[in-house]
Amino acid sequence: MLRFLIQRTLRAIVTIVAISMVTFALFFILPANPAQTMCGRNCDAKQIQQTLVNLGLDQPIPTQYTSFVKGIFVGRDYGSGEFLRHCNAPCLGYSYRSNEKVTDILARTLPVTVSVVTGAAVLWVLFGVSLGMLSALRRGTVFDKASIGVSLVGASMQVYFFGLLLLMIFVYGLKLLPYPQYVSLWVDPVGWIKAMILPWTTLAFLNAALYARLSRAQMLETLSEDFVRTARAKGVPRRAVYLRHALRAAINPIVTVAGLDIGAALAGTVITETVFSLTGLGKTAVTAATQLNLPVVLATVLLAAVFIVVANIIVDGLYAVIDPRVRLGA
Amino acid sequence: MAAPATVARDGATTGPYLQVRDLRVQFSTEDGVVKAVDGVSFDVPRGRTLGIVGESGSGKSVTSMAILGLHNPKRTRMSGEILVGGRNLVGMDDEDIRRLRGREMAMIFQDPLSALHPFYTIGRQIIEAYRIHHPGAGKAEARKRAIDMLDRVGIPQATRRVDQYPHEFSGGMRQRAMIAMSLVNDPHLLIADEPTTALDVTVQAQILDLLEDLQREFNSAVIIITHDLGVVSAVADHVLVMYAGRVAEYGSREQVLRGPQHPYAWGLLSSVPSLHGDADADLVPIKGNPPSLINVPSGCAFHPRCRYAMLNGGPCDIEVPQLLPLLTTDEPGHTVACHLPERQRRAIYEQDIASVGVAL
Repeated sequence: MLRFLIQRTLRAIVTIVAISMVTFALFFILPANPAQTMCGRNCDAKQIQQTLVNLGLDQPIPTQYTSFVKGIFVGRDYGSGEFLRHCNAPCLGYSYRSNEKVTDILARTLPVTVSVVTGAAVLWVLFGVSLGMLSALRRGTVFDKASIGVSLVGASMQVYFFGLLLLMIFVYGLKLLPYPQYVSLWVDPVGWIKAMILPWTTLAFLNAALYARLSRAQMLETLSEDFVRTARAKGVPRRAVYLRHALRAAINPIVTVAGLDIGAALAGTVITETVFSLTGLGKTAVTAATQLNLPVVLATVLLAAVFIVVANIIVDGLYAVIDPRVRLGA
Repeated sequence: MAAPATVARDGATTGPYLQVRDLRVQFSTEDGVVKAVDGVSFDVPRGRTLGIVGESGSGKSVTSMAILGLHNPKRTRMSGEILVGGRNLVGMDDEDIRRLRGREMAMIFQDPLSALHPFYTIGRQIIEAYRIHHPGAGKAEARKRAIDMLDRVGIPQATRRVDQYPHEFSGGMRQRAMIAMSLVNDPHLLIADEPTTALDVTVQAQILDLLEDLQREFNSAVIIITHDLGVVSAVADHVLVMYAGRVAEYGSREQVLRGPQHPYAWGLLSSVPSLHGDADADLVPIKGNPPSLINVPSGCAFHPRCRYAMLNGGPCDIEVPQLLPLLTTDEPGHTVACHLPERQRRAIYEQDIASVGVAL
């Protein structure tokens, strides 16, 4: 198990390094001049040159990359002379736009996305899986048909429609909720929930639909397995047959999908963030990309890669916990 | 536990432990009603083994599942009687049948790899089977019982292997574990559905020997469902030949295997290679396919595939033959459902079939 984890971690590091290089390279292939962007319209050639030096963009690309990596682990200096400034590790550079430290931007936006995604993920996994399981057990009944119908609606819904619909009803219509305004969970838990409940519901409804369909199909398949018949032949009570025998075996693919989905969602839920005007990671990444804001783009892309890679490792680890056959094969 | 169960446990009821009377099992599907079992009757006393043979789709597995009450009651119509220790299971409350399952009657399935839960250890699965029916038993007691059972079915180092998963067992060992699990509550009735089909030929004989040993030890009634006449000849006391949900022939092992009377039974025998016969002789398969159980052929369900049908200008295609005892010979208990006159059947058998012979 330990060996397996070490192996996976090493592979993950290679992946992340590769992604950072590709992102770096892609950026410099673009015919863009960040110094011009940063300096503004009225800069003369000298000022642009100075900005270029301050940003370290006058260096060859490999050197830039190594100083970027160095910044992450030991910190780095930007510019020279009167413009010298030191950026402590972990340093991801400064935004070309606001000159704000990228780490500060992440510290500001990441909690928003994490709040949205964790809450929504709990809801969608919980509701999606239980709905799917129940309709598998009541296959063919009105309940089953209704839940298939609801999940079909959910699966074909879009965030910007359903989210706006919720906003219209609960914020502008019934005035039950304030317009979502992110506050930290640690500062104001009630306010946090109030702000998050609509994004959660939106994201959860859409995703729960997929999970309901997936777990229904999975459960139906498992219920026809021989070992479920064996459990019944042993005289195991119905409830235990479903929970201990069938669900346990059906949960595997759901864990996979959930792990990867949550990893991907943490990397940013742009549309949801936009609909509810939350400045999360996704929105930051998209804005940075349109503004050619390399440090922010690099940071968000790397963070997204880390989330997805870590989610993969966790899923693989869970596999081994769930399925003893994997444990030995590793 | 309810009173009748206690009575049965003490063996106070009379008659064979398992009595099936005119059992009919039908499933409604979109295409129509599937008559999977259509009026089957048989007895299995304790200490005896009944072999049920037939092709796939002949209703043998459906019969066994019906005895354990494993069919979905919503989609299944059952009639007739299944008396287990004097209690009729047809129409019995689901929960009451569940209490009997695994305790009074147990089942062994064909493929032990898929029939055991892949995520739980062998021990845990046996312990579960034990504790469901012994709610008072502690974990340690149940574990000891599981180890004893594994030991009893011939699994070496049972104390160590009890904590292993099914995939760590070989095929034969898995089936032994399955048998241990089914016998953990000392059931009076054991149904083995193709217990050796998924196993190596060399292991098959060991498993059959084990089943015979255990039957002697536990004095249980055993049903072995198989399409393998070799298995039947090795362990069964009586043989029931099923075709299209009905009984084609019933009798003792010697009666059915040495002097079969039904053309379908002949077909089964002729399609088995013989150890004693001519090695170059071709096997004779039964022509055609098993019939659809939604549109069962009129009259004798076997008549479209029977090479002797209508030989006597008989009513093979219009009238369902009754299961009748033999009249001309002294074979008590041997019954056959065939329109051919007995004399003619015997003549055909002597002439065409007997020479093939089966490895008995």
